[in-house]
Amino acid sequence: MPVYSEKVMDHFQNPRNVGEIENADGVGELGNPTCGDIMKIYIKVKDDKIEDVKFKTFGCGAAIATSSMVTELVKGKTLEEAEKISNEAVAEALDGLPPVKMHCSNLAADALHLAIEDYKARKEGKGPIGRVETPEHDEDEHDLLEQA
Amino acid sequence: MKIINFDHFAATKMRQEVKDAMEPYFISEYGNPQSIHTLGDEPREALSKARLQAAELLNASSNEVIFTGSGSESNNLAIKGTAFARMDKGRHIIVSKIEHFSVLNAVKSLAKLGFEFSEVPVDKYGTVDPQEVKNALRKDTVLVSIGQASNEIGTIQDIKEISKVVHENSAAYMHTDANTSCGFTETDVKDLGVDMLSAAPHRFYGPKGTGLFYLKKGIRIMPLIDGGIQEFGRRAGTENVPAIAGAGVACELAKKELKSRTSHLLPIQKAIKDGVLNSLDEVYLNGHPEKRLPNNLNFVVKYIEGESMLMWLNNNGIMVASGSACTSKILKSSHVLNAIGVDAALAQGSLLISLGEDNTLEDAEYFVKELPAVVKKLREMSPLYEEVMKRNKK
Repeated sequence: MPVYSEKVMDHFQNPRNVGEIENADGVGELGNPTCGDIMKIYIKVKDDKIEDVKFKTFGCGAAIATSSMVTELVKGKTLEEAEKISNEAVAEALDGLPPVKMHCSNLAADALHLAIEDYKARKEGKGPIGRVETPEHDEDEHDLLEQA
Repeated sequence: MKIINFDHFAATKMRQEVKDAMEPYFISEYGNPQSIHTLGDEPREALSKARLQAAELLNASSNEVIFTGSGSESNNLAIKGTAFARMDKGRHIIVSKIEHFSVLNAVKSLAKLGFEFSEVPVDKYGTVDPQEVKNALRKDTVLVSIGQASNEIGTIQDIKEISKVVHENSAAYMHTDANTSCGFTETDVKDLGVDMLSAAPHRFYGPKGTGLFYLKKGIRIMPLIDGGIQEFGRRAGTENVPAIAGAGVACELAKKELKSRTSHLLPIQKAIKDGVLNSLDEVYLNGHPEKRLPNNLNFVVKYIEGESMLMWLNNNGIMVASGSACTSKILKSSHVLNAIGVDAALAQGSLLISLGEDNTLEDAEYFVKELPAVVKKLREMSPLYEEVMKRNKK
C-alpha cells in the first residue's frame, strides 16, 4: 500500500502553479526549516478575486502536494471564498494524507490565508508581513511512543 | 523499470542458500527443539548448527550466542538485562549521542524507573573519543553501550580501545551494538574486548525476525522474557527455528565473504561519493571520510528536503532513505546529524545511502546521472534557494 494517495503523487510529480509572481499583491510565507517545511504563496488580486497564484515550497511530498492543490482550489475564487478553505479541505481534496502529515505538512491553506492577510495589510499600508515561523515540534520521541 | 536498492539498512534480499536452509523447518521438520521425542531432533540439530555458525562469525563459543527476535531486542536485552541484574552495583549507564533508538529509548525507559544515563558526545565525524567515555565513568556505572558503527553516517568506532578504557577503569560491562556493522566489518568479540554484542542477520542477507546476541561467559543479565529454558534461560519462548537456521547460514556466508564483499562495495561507494560531490554544488558528506562502513554514505543536500528527494529518486527506480524530520515519522530531524553539528535546517536535506551485494558500478553511475536533475527540480521550487539566489545576485 503506497504511503500517499494517487492524487498526492500527481500533485507532487506535476505541481501546479510553481513559481513566483513578480510584484505580487500578497505573499504568505509560513513554516520552519527545522521542521522541514516552508511554504511561500504569491497572489495577484483583481476585483477581490485571486487572479493568479503561485507557490514555492521547501518540504516533503505532502507539503508540495498541498501547496499545489491549494493554488488550484483558489485560482479565480473571491478572497472571501479562499479564506474559507481549510487545511483539512486541502487534504480532503487530495484524498487524504497520512495521519503524521496532517499537522506538520498541511499548512498550505494557512500560507494562502497569510497571503490574503498580507494583501490586506499592504492595502492599508501595514505590510508586508514577511515570513511567519511555525513552532517546532517539541515532543520527545520517547514520550510520543508512550502516548501512542 | 529496474529497481536499485540503495537502502540496504532497511532490507537486504535473503540469499538463496539462506532460504534453502530455512525451508525444512516450516513443514517437514516442524517440531519443537525442546521436545525429547523424535520430532524435536532435527530442529534441535538446526539450532545447534546455527549457534555454531554465529559463534564462528563472532569468534565466540556456541554457549555464548543467544538468538533473539531482532537487533532491537538484542540491544534491549543488553541494556535492560544488565540494568536489572546489576541494580545492587549501581544504576548508571553510558551511551553515546548517536546510538540507535533501540539503545537511546531503552535507557530513557530505564530513566523513568530511577536509572541514570550519560550521553557521551561525538566529534564532527561522529567519532566517540575513548577519553570521553573514561570521563563519564562513575563508581555506579554498570554498563557502557557504544555502537560499533552508526546506522546513519557509517562512522566506525574504536570499540577495542573503548572496551579497554571501560574495563581498566571500572567494573562496568561493555556492550556494542553491531546491528549495522556486523557482516560488513570485523566483529571478533575477543579482539573487540566486549562483554556483549548485538547483531542483525537481516542486515546481511539473512531473514527478518531474528537477532543475534553475544553474551560473554560469566556476564550476568536478567532475562526480559521469562518462561522456559530456551536460549540458556536468557530468552524464553519457542524458538523461531526457520529464521534461526537461516541466520546461521547468513553468518557463515558473512564470515566467508567479508573480504570479497568489502572489495565489491568500496569502488561503488567511491563512485557515488565522488560523483555526487563533483556534480552538485552545496552538497556535503557526513561521517568519517575513511573510518566508515564500506556500504554507507550520508549526504546533506542544501535547500531541499529529504523526503521529496527520496520520492523523486523512487520515481526513477532508486530506493534511498533520509534523516529528515518528515521521513522520521516523529517529525524530528536526525539526532545523529544534530550530534555531529549539522544544523537542523540542513539536516532536512539528508540523503542516506546503504549499499549491498546486488548493487553495481552501473547503479552508481545511473544514480549520479539522475540525482542532479532531481535536486535542480526541487531547488527551483524551494523558497530557501530563491532567497540565496537573490542574495547572491545583490
